[in-house]
Amino acid sequence: MSAKVLDALKAAHGDAIAFVETQHGDAIAWVKRDQLLAVATWLKTDPAMAFDAPVFATCIDRLDWKPQHVPPGPQVYPASAAWTDDGAHPRFEVVYQLRSSTHKHRLRLKCAVPEHDARSPSLAGLWPAFEWQERETFDMYGIKYDNHPDLRRIYLYEEFVGYPLRKDYPKEKRQPLVRRDDLPMNPIKSPTGGHR
Amino acid sequence: MAAPSTPPVGAPPPGDASSRSLKQLVLGRKDVQDLSDTEQELPPDLMTVNMGPSHPAMHGTVRIVLTVDGERIVAADVHPGYLHRCFEKESEYATFTQVFPYTDRLNYVSPMINNCGWAMAVEKLMGLTGHLPRRAEYIRVIVSEISRITDHLTCLGASAMELGAFAVFLFFLKAREWLYELLEKVSGARLTHSYVRIGGVSKDLPPNFHAELTLCLDQIVKVMVEGEGLLNNNKIFRDRMAGIGAMTKEDAIATGCVGPIARAAGVDYDVRKDYPYSVYPEVEFDVPVGTTGDCYDRYLVRIEELKQSIRILRQCLTQIPDGPIMVDDPRVTLPPKAATYNTIESMIRHFKHIVDGIKVPAGEAYAFVEGGNGELGFYVVADGTGRPYKAYVRSPSFVHLSTASKLIHGHLIADVVPIFGMINMIGGECDK
Repeated sequence: MSAKVLDALKAAHGDAIAFVETQHGDAIAWVKRDQLLAVATWLKTDPAMAFDAPVFATCIDRLDWKPQHVPPGPQVYPASAAWTDDGAHPRFEVVYQLRSSTHKHRLRLKCAVPEHDARSPSLAGLWPAFEWQERETFDMYGIKYDNHPDLRRIYLYEEFVGYPLRKDYPKEKRQPLVRRDDLPMNPIKSPTGGHR
Repeated sequence: MAAPSTPPVGAPPPGDASSRSLKQLVLGRKDVQDLSDTEQELPPDLMTVNMGPSHPAMHGTVRIVLTVDGERIVAADVHPGYLHRCFEKESEYATFTQVFPYTDRLNYVSPMINNCGWAMAVEKLMGLTGHLPRRAEYIRVIVSEISRITDHLTCLGASAMELGAFAVFLFFLKAREWLYELLEKVSGARLTHSYVRIGGVSKDLPPNFHAELTLCLDQIVKVMVEGEGLLNNNKIFRDRMAGIGAMTKEDAIATGCVGPIARAAGVDYDVRKDYPYSVYPEVEFDVPVGTTGDCYDRYLVRIEELKQSIRILRQCLTQIPDGPIMVDDPRVTLPPKAATYNTIESMIRHFKHIVDGIKVPAGEAYAFVEGGNGELGFYVVADGTGRPYKAYVRSPSFVHLSTASKLIHGHLIADVVPIFGMINMIGGECDK
């Protein structure tokens, strides 16, 4: 079932698709960033695809990706993503999982996002569920979604500095919103200038 | 010292002087008769009301900034995150087995389903899906369905209590306690079970489990008759639930709603039927689907799902086979204790297994189960070490909460309570 979706996707948008793969039965399509919105629109509206139900949106940070015990068969990342124009492996992957409620097939869209230009087109206009999920990804990974209706932090407070799910954010780092004497840390400077 | 015969200039007249100054100074407002004509009219502008984050009628901690016109809500901004405990960051530093206690704390009303979901994601990466012993699969289905019953009983009981039916809350939580006691006998813990393991379950069902579960189910059926009798045609309950927070089928699909909320809106989607996993194809059950998508339909769908879960459990008890409870695969299974203490090879394997974790081949997989609130998925990226490179949980509560501001739009402030009750936002799952 997944191969059929990938074949149709390649036939319709061959130049926008960088790479397709199937991992453990999950269909994955790598889409070029500037054409992600067009491909997503087609996936939603085409009656043979009809991906009407969003499942989740997230991001992967490949900063210290050094795979071991790679199974035989087609190479997994980063070999599959060497297609970027500047030749470097992009640091981030924006991930969207879609489901069709009529055809019951599923598809994972991926889009490579380099660190120096961490932005991606928002799909919240097509699937409203992605509005909060993209906010969550922005909150945790710092991906800026173009044309997002309301891109704010969602779990954390606006004074928070950094993006906690990035691999270079230390796990033990603390940023309390109110002063805590047991932590050797400067209080956070609020946007209005004063210390809390 | 002589008392002044005349009051000083500018002072309020004697008599009610003390009470008026108290009102003006402390309460900061005037009596109605002291207001000018323009001041006496109600202010025409909208008012902002802060609800939460710790509100007695909220499940968990969530804050809503409501903009109200009189008592009608014209805009709502929902702020989750007050229970954020960094599930995903912590998981990246834990071995695949050590993540199970974290999953217990996602949806803490039905931890067994979370355990199963995580185990299935890792098993998918290791190619173990479909190779588990059948007894282990049956045990997983049994504990999952018990968890679904506890989840729905909590949701319905708490919602009924918020609408004034306190007796139903006590009845349902009494029934939930029987099941918690049963799960405590199975796993050793009342609430955070950590019972499922990658490749099976940690221990077999206790002796006499069948008889005790059968007795429990018979009693729960009686409790549900009581609860339904108090609620189904209760005028107060129906007035507060029917027509409140309705959602169309198209909206439910586009906003990613799953589980009882989507089914109440007419979406015929149940992971157990549409993407069957484990031994669900071998048991018979129906998927209830509503028509109006309002709070009352969500209530009815959950009631019917309780009955279907009881039906599944009864079938499982008759069909469960004997046999091993863990897959026979040295990659995921600990060596037997006798071998661990008596042979050096098993000792090393045990040590590597605990310290380094289960070696999962590099790759990524998304596995999902039908949780108490709908499709609960785990998206795991492995880099070949014993720890996940990335662990993402697709929590249904988070997706459902994102629709809340639209659902409560146009309703009264009092309607926020049943709508939130039927969304059944579980703080741990929503905030991760």
